[in-house]
Amino acid sequence: MTLEDNPPSSEVVIQDSSTAALAVDDLRLSYTVRGTPREVLRGVTFEVRPGEAYGLVGESGCGKSTTAYAALRYLPSNGQIDGGRVTSVGKELTAMSSRQLRSFRANDASMVFQDPVQAVNPVLKVGRQVAESFEVMGLPKAEAVEAALEALKRVRIASPESVMERYPHQLSGGMLQRVVIAMALACDPTLLVLDEPTTGLDATVEAEVLDLVRDLRSELNSAILLIAHNLGVIRTMCDRVGVMYAGQIVEEGTVEDVFDNPSHPYTVGLLNSIPRQGVRKDDRELFAIPGNLPQIGDPLPTCVYVDRCPIANDECRTEKPPISQRSDGHWTRCHRPDHIDEVPEPVKDFESVEIGSEEVIGVHGVSKTFRQRGNDVPALVSVDLGFAEGETLGLVGESGSGKSTLAKTMLGIHEPDEGGKITLRGRAMKTKATERVEESIRSIQMVFQNPDSALNRSWTVRRILTRSITKLTGLRGAEADHRAVEVAEAMRLSPRHLDMRPRQLSGGLKQRVAIARAFAGDPNVVVCDEPTSALDVSVQAAILNLLANLQRHERTSYLFISHDISVVRYLADRIAVMYVGRIMEIGPVSKIFGETNHPYTEALLSAVPSVDGAAENRIPLTGEIPSPADPPSGCVFHTRCHRAVEGLCEVTEPELRELSDGHSIKCHLTVEQLETPVVLTPANMVG
Amino acid sequence: MLRFILRRLFLALITLAIILVIITLIPNIAPGDPARKIAGGTASPERLIEVNESLGLQDPVSAQLANLATSVFTLDFGESFSVAKGEPVMSLVWSALSNSAKLVGFSLLVMVPLSILGGLVAAYKKDTWIDRTIVNTGLAFSAIPDFVAGVFLLAFLAVPFEFFKVQASAPPGSSALVQAQHLLLPVVAVLMVYFGYIARVTRAGTITALDSDYARTAFMRGLSTREVFRKHIARNALQPTVAVLGTQLGYLFGGMVALEIVFGYQGIGNLIIRAVDRADYPVLRAGVLTVAIIYMIATLAADLLVAYMNPRARANLGEAS
Repeated sequence: MTLEDNPPSSEVVIQDSSTAALAVDDLRLSYTVRGTPREVLRGVTFEVRPGEAYGLVGESGCGKSTTAYAALRYLPSNGQIDGGRVTSVGKELTAMSSRQLRSFRANDASMVFQDPVQAVNPVLKVGRQVAESFEVMGLPKAEAVEAALEALKRVRIASPESVMERYPHQLSGGMLQRVVIAMALACDPTLLVLDEPTTGLDATVEAEVLDLVRDLRSELNSAILLIAHNLGVIRTMCDRVGVMYAGQIVEEGTVEDVFDNPSHPYTVGLLNSIPRQGVRKDDRELFAIPGNLPQIGDPLPTCVYVDRCPIANDECRTEKPPISQRSDGHWTRCHRPDHIDEVPEPVKDFESVEIGSEEVIGVHGVSKTFRQRGNDVPALVSVDLGFAEGETLGLVGESGSGKSTLAKTMLGIHEPDEGGKITLRGRAMKTKATERVEESIRSIQMVFQNPDSALNRSWTVRRILTRSITKLTGLRGAEADHRAVEVAEAMRLSPRHLDMRPRQLSGGLKQRVAIARAFAGDPNVVVCDEPTSALDVSVQAAILNLLANLQRHERTSYLFISHDISVVRYLADRIAVMYVGRIMEIGPVSKIFGETNHPYTEALLSAVPSVDGAAENRIPLTGEIPSPADPPSGCVFHTRCHRAVEGLCEVTEPELRELSDGHSIKCHLTVEQLETPVVLTPANMVG
Repeated sequence: MLRFILRRLFLALITLAIILVIITLIPNIAPGDPARKIAGGTASPERLIEVNESLGLQDPVSAQLANLATSVFTLDFGESFSVAKGEPVMSLVWSALSNSAKLVGFSLLVMVPLSILGGLVAAYKKDTWIDRTIVNTGLAFSAIPDFVAGVFLLAFLAVPFEFFKVQASAPPGSSALVQAQHLLLPVVAVLMVYFGYIARVTRAGTITALDSDYARTAFMRGLSTREVFRKHIARNALQPTVAVLGTQLGYLFGGMVALEIVFGYQGIGNLIIRAVDRADYPVLRAGVLTVAIIYMIATLAADLLVAYMNPRARANLGEAS
């Protein structure tokens, strides 16, 4: 590759690489795949000032993680830097010897990975691992152990002495992320790289970890490079943000400028694809960016986004876009930033369909008690739910609250305790899936979080679909095949996809196949267990649109389980909040988001980081969710409740009581009490 | 942990009981009259009854089983019929067992470190020519049956070079070094069979470990490659290897028949084959039982070792009990 082909795109200039905590200057990087180098980073330039938090956003495959790894010069064996420089406080990483690099990583920079459970060595005690971070800095063993204890105290972990002696599997995800952060902060790093640090954590734990990082920032003066696909996380955590697409930063500026005043069509697309400001399925569709991300190594001689851009013109197809300054420090790599308003806003182009009044599927007094080592573990405690035709019931709650157990019990995978009933149009079904008649099985189907493991990898899409069709409807041969084509079409899969195998499909297409499979037998209720959490936001938008659209046409009901409250708010008609196997609150979306809430819901809702930047008074949920094997006395939430009343809440368990039409909470307090703003003092922050 | 060991020992006892039943049943359900086989086609009826009596075959099956069980605990399996007529079975088994132990021990000493090293290097150099050489060489060698490898080794090493011995057993009273010299060729044959297998298991485990976030975290912490391997990779990556070695150890004791015959070595496999050949039921019983018990001990040891390496497995053991 010569310079003529690729003129340096660094119209963006590093201001002062000798002081920047991280300066990445026109970084070009490629991975060698089957002998051919493929370009991943196509000239990335940005700097992180000391003490600043800089965010990188973009969809998977855009190169943001590669950039993060390159910032510490950690490359896979097939990756090579083709050009550009990475410096930290004047030290050039790209020119370091491996000894210098090790010393740089030990003393000046740290990285935190996505999944804290994976980021610690499962066979070593936590204390040993934290101490190791100090040993690499040259501390003798005994001092390193003391320093490790101090480090754990600094991240405010509960009972640090005992944590030192434990193995990773004995700690929860949130605690482990604290441990990982403690290790990362051991060297008081100049640069802290966080790669999706809260993805996969519960909203409440996420909020806790983000709070911690924010607090520590003021103590430490570390610069932060935060990689996340969650725009809300970036908005609440960062000072400046770079939006990455196909190995380039396409827009950069302060988070306020970029998110409130986006100037690149891609940024606009990303922002439009997430449900914001309480938008609901009946208001409008979400914006799904058409087309796919270019493959790594694809030649992109002009604008990298041109193929998916709704406002591209001939200039965009022939010329590389220049850097266009929007305001001080806010720039975009676009030919037509002044035409950004022409990016079409998604509008409502469909008729809203009324929800039916008759209950299709009902869950009546369902409890589920597991036997574990001779003890009873009540995972569900007398749950009552009903699904009207065409209704979505959103189910939220932290991990371990019993959401999946409820779904599995409805499906007949778990058998409910004596007395519980699952009804189809008023008639009780068999509780075991294996004993159910075809009609009952067909009536409830499921879409899983991870389509990779939900689809048989060695089958073609056609075979996956026809098998379900035959199993659920009895159609065979040509008839089944005809139905498969029909179902696939409804999922907007093209006929050529039918003869592909799952691994040839992208994540979004795979999830469509999984949804098609669930819809093969014309179900009444589809249980969607986190169906979009493994997907990028624009793909998520397409899937949510699809689900909403199917619901309007097929009158299907959904049980929609998700930890993403804005997604639940978009798709759901009613929301149920679960905690330790009980429904704590249930009601129409408008009332959940508009009226008095159960204190647990109140805390959950306050934990969501919003891309709109409206920082609300957050109610921390400290401590762990209690184990259903040993539920707290009285109200199960009293141990973590910021409104708990002594002498009442820990004694008697409240009944689910109706506040207004269809809106019930399981709480002792009156509406007046619940609406009093809480003053958070250490006293009521029970943990 | 203690509970786990007790539980496993209990399970081992059940396995042992099942093996005892099978061994007892074999002469009773095998086609043909075992006594005739032992005594020969021309034996007189009196001789046949005599043999049957000494085998205990005229007793009810339950009594036979009880006798066998007793012999396990008294370590007395009677006398050999035909392999070494009149000698106590146990002394035959002991000597064969000690020969086998020498062969297996030496093999492990050579094979385990080499294969593990090979696997680690292949994983670290994944997808390079080094990796491909290690994997393909291992694969090619393990495709050759051990007796073929043995014959080749004899033809190309033992025949032209004095240093390599045709006979695996050294003359009585030889020093350990001379014994090792004699065992060298069968050990090389074992290495050829197992190197590819063990190296690939190690490679797979190491790749998973290297790919993990904790390995990445360790590198990012500024540890050198050597330190990362020693402190973080090894204990995670080698768990499958240990488990596989555990199951293979039992096989090494009993399944080396072909090699033992090629190199004229008096191991336990060889003993069992001769016992089968000459219908020497007492020796056969004792031999098979010995191999079965070694098998059980080896897998138990491997399980315990994995539990020692992995606290999570340890916790699961606690739960399972």
